[in-house]
Amino acid sequence: MREIPAQTIVDAVRDACIRANIELGNDVVEALKRAVDDEESDVGKDILRKLLENAMIAREERIPICQDTGVAVLFVELGQGATATGDLYQALEEGVRKGYQEGFLRKSVCDPFTRKNTGDNTPIIVHLSLVPGDRLRIWVVPKGGGSENMSRLFMLPPAAGWAGVKEKIVQTVAEAGPNPCPPTIIGVGIGGNFEQSAILAKKSLLRPLGTPNPNPRLDPMEKELLKEINKTGVGPQGLGGRVTSLAVHILLMPCHIASLPVAVNIQCHASRHVEIVL
Amino acid sequence: MDAEYHLTTPLSVNDVESLRSGDRVTLTGIVYTARDAAHRKLLELIEKGEELPIPIEGQVIYYVGPSPAPPGRVIGAAGPTTSYRMDPFAPKLLELGLKGMIGKGKRSKEVIEAMVRYKAVYMAAVGGAGALMAKAIKAARVVAYEELGPEAIRELKVEKLPVVVVNDTIGNDLYQEGQEKYRTVSA
Repeated sequence: MREIPAQTIVDAVRDACIRANIELGNDVVEALKRAVDDEESDVGKDILRKLLENAMIAREERIPICQDTGVAVLFVELGQGATATGDLYQALEEGVRKGYQEGFLRKSVCDPFTRKNTGDNTPIIVHLSLVPGDRLRIWVVPKGGGSENMSRLFMLPPAAGWAGVKEKIVQTVAEAGPNPCPPTIIGVGIGGNFEQSAILAKKSLLRPLGTPNPNPRLDPMEKELLKEINKTGVGPQGLGGRVTSLAVHILLMPCHIASLPVAVNIQCHASRHVEIVL
Repeated sequence: MDAEYHLTTPLSVNDVESLRSGDRVTLTGIVYTARDAAHRKLLELIEKGEELPIPIEGQVIYYVGPSPAPPGRVIGAAGPTTSYRMDPFAPKLLELGLKGMIGKGKRSKEVIEAMVRYKAVYMAAVGGAGALMAKAIKAARVVAYEELGPEAIRELKVEKLPVVVVNDTIGNDLYQEGQEKYRTVSA
């Protein structure tokens, strides 16, 4: 059994929280550059250029890309041949706590009713899976509230089929309009069940922008959806234009014979994800 | 291209009546920050007939919860939050003379109507451009509800804060107009 010291995990997660919030990934930067060329609206082009400028300022001046540094979502794959010394969950949480405190990131977690801020951006949200091997792989994905609020889940009748699924996804993006900070990335989870579809939708966002879906069945579906979404006219910041979304990512798995679950997780242009392998 | 205005806060009725949806504006002067939690507290004071911690008449409220200021800076990232969460509270403040709101995203019918009735405008800042917006903020101090952390009311001294007019005093809506121009399917 390979042992990974808890402190190593704490330090890696701390650094990842800070890096994710300050340095916009190259995949997103490249996608925004392509979007400047694709956009027809002058206002839209101007906004896309501002977003690129914003990313540059954040990186150079070491301040967050967006003030909403999100709730810390962590996708964790623990190799079955590895173990963390001490409490893995506590180590992840301590890493987030330190990252948000020491990185001057906004603490955005509160009680649902009293709205009292927990003060250290915990609790965190962890999706843990066991995998072969002896590595610990962690994706740190800070997720903002604006885009999360516009996300939707539908339990469709199976007869709705692909046409019904497409309609719901396009409708979700059109109704969200300017709220989730377009240009967005649309994470779609199809199948599984109620909660699994939502996790698939979020997980689909981990794939770097500009890379094709490795599943040849899903790749054309993503392209078709993106084309439909970009006909809505929402455009950058919802002020009208061709580039409403930068990409659609789909993950799919079999579901119950009575069901057709579809989850749409909208991600703003500040798509932050940092991968750690320990 | 729509007109570009440089305005100084507080805003007069003339200032806001000259603006039309689509106009680009840069604001200089004092703006106050407030999100839904602070709005709720302000409305409670109004209902009780008590004094408010900030002036409302002629003022501009920026819907923002900035990230903490690192050493040597006045503020962290400071882009707009989604405005619909303030919709239940905005008409009352407009009635009291609030002249401008800065945020992102659509407003309710009630808020748009109140802007026409009481003469005020809603302006959008670029959502997610928190680092860029922070450059226009020259000073910041908490003036109320420190316990709310990022949601406290702050007085910001801004210099040429860049925004675009979404809703004007005659009922125009840039989101609707802008999107219709590029829509090629029925949404």
